Amino acid sequence: MTCQYTVTFDSGADPATVRVGGKCAGLLTMTGAGVAVPPGFAVTVDAFDALLDSGGLRAEIDSLLSGLDVEDPPGTRTCAAEIRRLVGERPVPSRVAAAVTAAYRVLGDDGDAGGGRDDGGDGGDGDDGGAGGVPVAVRSSAETEDLPTLSFAGQYDTYLWIRGADAVVDAVRRCWASLWTTRAIAYRATNGVPERGQSMGVAVQRMVDARSAGVAVTLNPADGDPSKIVIDAGWGLGGPVVSGEVTPDNYLVDKVLLLPVRTTVAPKQYEIVAAPDGSGIVRRAVEDARRQEPCLAPAEVTAVARLAKAVERHYGCPQDIEWAIDRTPGPPSRAGAPARDGGPGVLLLQARPETVWSRRPRAAAAVVRGAGVTSIADTMLGLGTLPT
Amino acid sequence: MATQPHTTSGAHPASGPRTAFISPYEHPVPAGAEGWQSMYPYHVLFQPERRERDESRFWFCDSQHWPTVLKPFETVGPELAAKCLGQFNTRHFLVPPANGMDCRIHQGYVYLSPIVVPQDEVPARVPEFLRRAGHYFQHWDELVDNWKGKVLDTIRELEALRFTELPEVQPYEEIERGLGLDATDALLGGYDRLLALCHRAWQYHFEFLNLGYAAYLDLFQACRQWFPNIPDQAVATMVQGVDMELFRPDDELKRLAKLAVELGLEHRLTGSGPGPGPAPERDTLAAVAREPRGREWLDAWEAVQDPWFNFTSGNGFYAGDRYWRDDPALPLGYVRDYVLRLRRGENVDRRVTELVAERDRVSGEYAALLDPDRRGDFEAKLRLARQVYPYVENHNFYIEHWSMGVFWRKVRDLSSLLHRAGFWPGETGMLYLTRDEARGALFDFASGWARGSAPVGPDHWPPEVDRRRRIVRALAAQPPEPALNRPPAAVTEPFSIMLWGITSERVASWLAGLAATGDLSGLAASPGLADGPARIVRSADELDLVQDGEILVSPVTAPSWAPVFGRVRATVTDIGGVMSHAAIVCREYSLPAVTGTGTASTRIRTGQRIRVDGTAGTVTLLD
Repeated sequence: MTCQYTVTFDSGADPATVRVGGKCAGLLTMTGAGVAVPPGFAVTVDAFDALLDSGGLRAEIDSLLSGLDVEDPPGTRTCAAEIRRLVGERPVPSRVAAAVTAAYRVLGDDGDAGGGRDDGGDGGDGDDGGAGGVPVAVRSSAETEDLPTLSFAGQYDTYLWIRGADAVVDAVRRCWASLWTTRAIAYRATNGVPERGQSMGVAVQRMVDARSAGVAVTLNPADGDPSKIVIDAGWGLGGPVVSGEVTPDNYLVDKVLLLPVRTTVAPKQYEIVAAPDGSGIVRRAVEDARRQEPCLAPAEVTAVARLAKAVERHYGCPQDIEWAIDRTPGPPSRAGAPARDGGPGVLLLQARPETVWSRRPRAAAAVVRGAGVTSIADTMLGLGTLPT
Repeated sequence: MATQPHTTSGAHPASGPRTAFISPYEHPVPAGAEGWQSMYPYHVLFQPERRERDESRFWFCDSQHWPTVLKPFETVGPELAAKCLGQFNTRHFLVPPANGMDCRIHQGYVYLSPIVVPQDEVPARVPEFLRRAGHYFQHWDELVDNWKGKVLDTIRELEALRFTELPEVQPYEEIERGLGLDATDALLGGYDRLLALCHRAWQYHFEFLNLGYAAYLDLFQACRQWFPNIPDQAVATMVQGVDMELFRPDDELKRLAKLAVELGLEHRLTGSGPGPGPAPERDTLAAVAREPRGREWLDAWEAVQDPWFNFTSGNGFYAGDRYWRDDPALPLGYVRDYVLRLRRGENVDRRVTELVAERDRVSGEYAALLDPDRRGDFEAKLRLARQVYPYVENHNFYIEHWSMGVFWRKVRDLSSLLHRAGFWPGETGMLYLTRDEARGALFDFASGWARGSAPVGPDHWPPEVDRRRRIVRALAAQPPEPALNRPPAAVTEPFSIMLWGITSERVASWLAGLAATGDLSGLAASPGLADGPARIVRSADELDLVQDGEILVSPVTAPSWAPVFGRVRATVTDIGGVMSHAAIVCREYSLPAVTGTGTASTRIRTGQRIRVDGTAGTVTLLD
């Protein structure tokens, strides 16, 4: 389903021609490529523009920004707060709200039709304006984020376990407002990204009830070795792993054979999971028995690595992905083709280019040049100095 | 039975990690094995007068090739192997850092210690190595062709040797011709020739092997540098061939099984009884012959015998190894297994196409990960490793299986001849003599016949053979130590690493394992996860005991155990690297394997449930 203001990830829309921001473009692309991505839709940059163009909001923001001096932190804080207040007060244009509501309802219908999960049975009757409805994650998707050279990692807001159309519309507006947090303004200033003309799409995705989740990088960040995939994984949702609040299990995986070559299991103190009453997410202590247990089975390590490898192969450059393993077995995705890249149960939440090692040359390996008898003699003589 | 290795009291403090293995000079002798030294040649023993020198060196147990106690005659194997490995490094190619290996027999097991070239002698050897080894690498394929001719000539000459009864009198026509030699001239000469041809076969065994492994090592080391932590099996996968002579015998069995199904003969080949060889093979073959199209199958059966049934379920290093040609019950049993699997609709073929595709995928992906200027080096090293690799595997068929199969058959013929002359009670009694003692016994026999008098042997040898038989049994009750004395700070000797998988890490894990009681770790030799009851198999004789769904746990396995790989879920060995035969064959058969665990066959009991993770290289004891 595609309209001016929303584009579903499985619509087949060309990410090059729709304006949806970096994260949504990635999800559209990956869904189209058959990677298992939780179903959802993008709120387009047009929707954002519609808000800014209603009632002169854009001019007000530009006027505030013209007085901005990033060297003055208190002034920047005041300016940022003022812009966010303006964005928060302005009603979302009704055509935008209607489009988001419609797309959200379809997402819920889709869920019931697929029979994949039970969210209280109120997803399909259209009465989801309140706190019911399918839980979704609402994520910022700025046009300047996820560039090959700048990650913008964690700069803009994400809202988890949002239920009901009104709440979703509100979360979309809060994502837009997060363009103007103090830290985002500072990050842009530090990296020379112009302040004017910023725009943002928003991703609305069916919430994954993750048993385990985390990140994966398609090279070894310790030494830049491109033949490895490094996975960090924790119990529950991936947030604490991404933010560094828990020490995750760490898996070093050979990218060609997709075999773990080193596994480091960490004590995982807590996890974030869906509240038993379905009201949202809760942070809870992990019981002792599970703390030291690897949160990925060997086949799951391989499945996560395979997913990361598929994403890297698609983009042709090293990738940094977020993934999750659904607690509820079942079809991982109804968006796009059946999961064939990540294997059963592993879902791609987002992908962005790796930005550190991909720009740094690796130190040359101490390998004897060429082949044949000279190289063989040198190799045998070097055995004492090289690891065997 | 003592299963925990001993350590010397002074070798390790009361707490903290152990730093040394036991000294052979302090190693208690198993009860009933006292005087075991008298069975072996003086030059393979840890002699008291050499204690200081021998104790200052590190020796590792070569249980990869000699997992069980050697009978005295079988000492010919490690003696010739050590001599011939050494000659190519030291005298033919002048391998810069390494000479040969010193070899000792200690309490019946084989221990080796590498001989490192002194640093100041290395530079002078380099140009000679480049010239000599360089010639072999440059002319590899034509030299290997030539090698096959030499080996076949050796085998034909071995085949032609006859050890038969001496005549009552020399034939009259020899009198007419004035020959002037008796039948013992050929008998004694035949024995000397037998040993000389065995020596020759062992020289051919090593002619290309050291260079072949060195080329592999060059690729292996480069991959370790380019791709830190690359799994060993990744390198092995890139190099392995799939269409090799070593796999032919098993492929021929599968072909015979399919032919039997095609000709409607299955019922004749699948008589009752579990495991291979239940029915007397003559009856089976006779029953096949009575079938309308039985002749067709028997012709095919006959046609593959030479050379492909010159194949042993052992490793060729023991006189008792059963060879398919000598014991048709073995191949018939395997054919029967394959027929049953075909009837269940299973695919018995090795997945050759998939293996080739996987090999190309893996090497292609690693190549693509390298900078373009290094890709050429990778491809050149890989090309050479692949060129030499078929020899590294196929020599095993030509020497261990074919040449040694003929050699042992002749040894048994000779032993049997002297048994009939009363020299020892059992047909194979000669194996309890060293080769030099056997030469003496043969002369005794020849001289007695010539003199028209009784030889001394029938009085001297039977009690001595009995004594030695008891000692061998007592020694076999105790497994070998993984190593002896204090290890070096780092293992750098290339042949220990390449041929035996003895690395610093391995030695450290053995030292740690001396006190261990928990799970085992080894090399991740073939990927996959399996659990099930263990079956300890100490020698090929025990293969018949293996049941469907068990996990084979063995000191070492031979490639010819492949047919039982169809029945087991996984394989665990005490010794062997990822290029060991067990590892190669397990990958070929897509079977999880952990090799080089050091102690699995002594720590695990038959029937104990274990989990084998061939991906991680671990073995978990489930009960």
